[in-house]
Amino acid sequence: MTILTFTLILLAGAYLAGLLGSLTGLGGGVVVIPLLTLVFHVDIRYAIGAALLASIATSSGAASAYVKEGITNIRLGMFLEIATTIGAVMGALIAVYTPTNTIAMLFGGILIFSAAMTLRKKNEVALTEGSRLSELLKLNSDYPVNGKKVAYKLRNVAGGFSLMTVAGVVSGLLGIGSGALKVLAMDTTMKIPFKVSTTTSNFMIGVTAAASAVVYLQRGYMDPGIAFPVILGVLGGAFTGSKLLTRMNPKVLRIIFCIAITFVAIEMIYNGYQHKF
Amino acid sequence: MKKIFSKHYWADKDVEQLVGQMLITGVITASLVVLIGGIVYLTQHGQGSVPDYRIFKGEGAGYTTFSGIFKGVLKWNTTEIIQLGVLVLIATPILRVACSLFAFILERDKLYIFITLIVLCVILFSIFGGIKG
Repeated sequence: MTILTFTLILLAGAYLAGLLGSLTGLGGGVVVIPLLTLVFHVDIRYAIGAALLASIATSSGAASAYVKEGITNIRLGMFLEIATTIGAVMGALIAVYTPTNTIAMLFGGILIFSAAMTLRKKNEVALTEGSRLSELLKLNSDYPVNGKKVAYKLRNVAGGFSLMTVAGVVSGLLGIGSGALKVLAMDTTMKIPFKVSTTTSNFMIGVTAAASAVVYLQRGYMDPGIAFPVILGVLGGAFTGSKLLTRMNPKVLRIIFCIAITFVAIEMIYNGYQHKF
Repeated sequence: MKKIFSKHYWADKDVEQLVGQMLITGVITASLVVLIGGIVYLTQHGQGSVPDYRIFKGEGAGYTTFSGIFKGVLKWNTTEIIQLGVLVLIATPILRVACSLFAFILERDKLYIFITLIVLCVILFSIFGGIKG
């Protein structure tokens, strides 16, 4: 295969990955790893490098819009980034000692969990009573709903912070944004309305991914020949996805995609078990 | 100019606009650099055969260090131009944190100046801490 053919096929695949990631809410990076390893038979380490870049690109692109609308809780994001960046650096350190087959199997497990999380019941209630720590750290805020400001408070800050550290480790180890774990920490543990938790999680993904990306770049995981079609393809797909989302409610599509993703995850686990990575 | 450094000039809203603007500018700049490097790369090497990505060899110093990438860019090597775009992309969220630090300093929010500094230190440690293994 010539470089030109490889690049064009990968560009198309990355475009679909970005579109899929955006419509399901899984994020751009998650679909890139099975695409590269299962379809293109690329070593999982190059795939992780490319997926981190895809996560940074899509999360920064989407975050810019949400931040401007005032939905993102910047203080909360900044506070929890302490946990996610420390976790990400630890994950990148552990990765050196983890066999690639184990990483592939872990990835499959997280993928199934993430698919299940996108189908969960969402928390839309804003708490009026917050914990003392949330007051102290100035984490309580408000967000716009149909043009009106709705105030919300949060609780169990310590629990959320610990879960965020785990999310950071997973992100650094597997090279994904691990948005599902971040949302779990904010939505389920700290009881934040889901619109705030999803946008704030997305806001944090860029910094978390960057903290481990600098390590992986120095380790030689990022190949320009792969990075070029992946970054542009995933960004294009995510952009199309965000435009489509304003015009339709992809509930049925989401369920179909999540089932498809589960099969992909099982294949990753099976291949990892068979030592094919 | 004086106005820019006063506390009232920067309401939370303005900080949000600034952060949003800087994120989108970073992503667009990075994609343009990658696109330009990529197109020239394809015109020069498009007919060559694909390297064997099934086996992980790791990239050499030309793609993994600041000095290596900049040397290549000065020689107009297309792959290093793509890697420069990669650097811009990774730098975008890090610059966003620096931008927030600036905003919290103007707001004189000591607690969040401290929190933001911790995040910056963790990232600086991962860049310069020699933990690539």
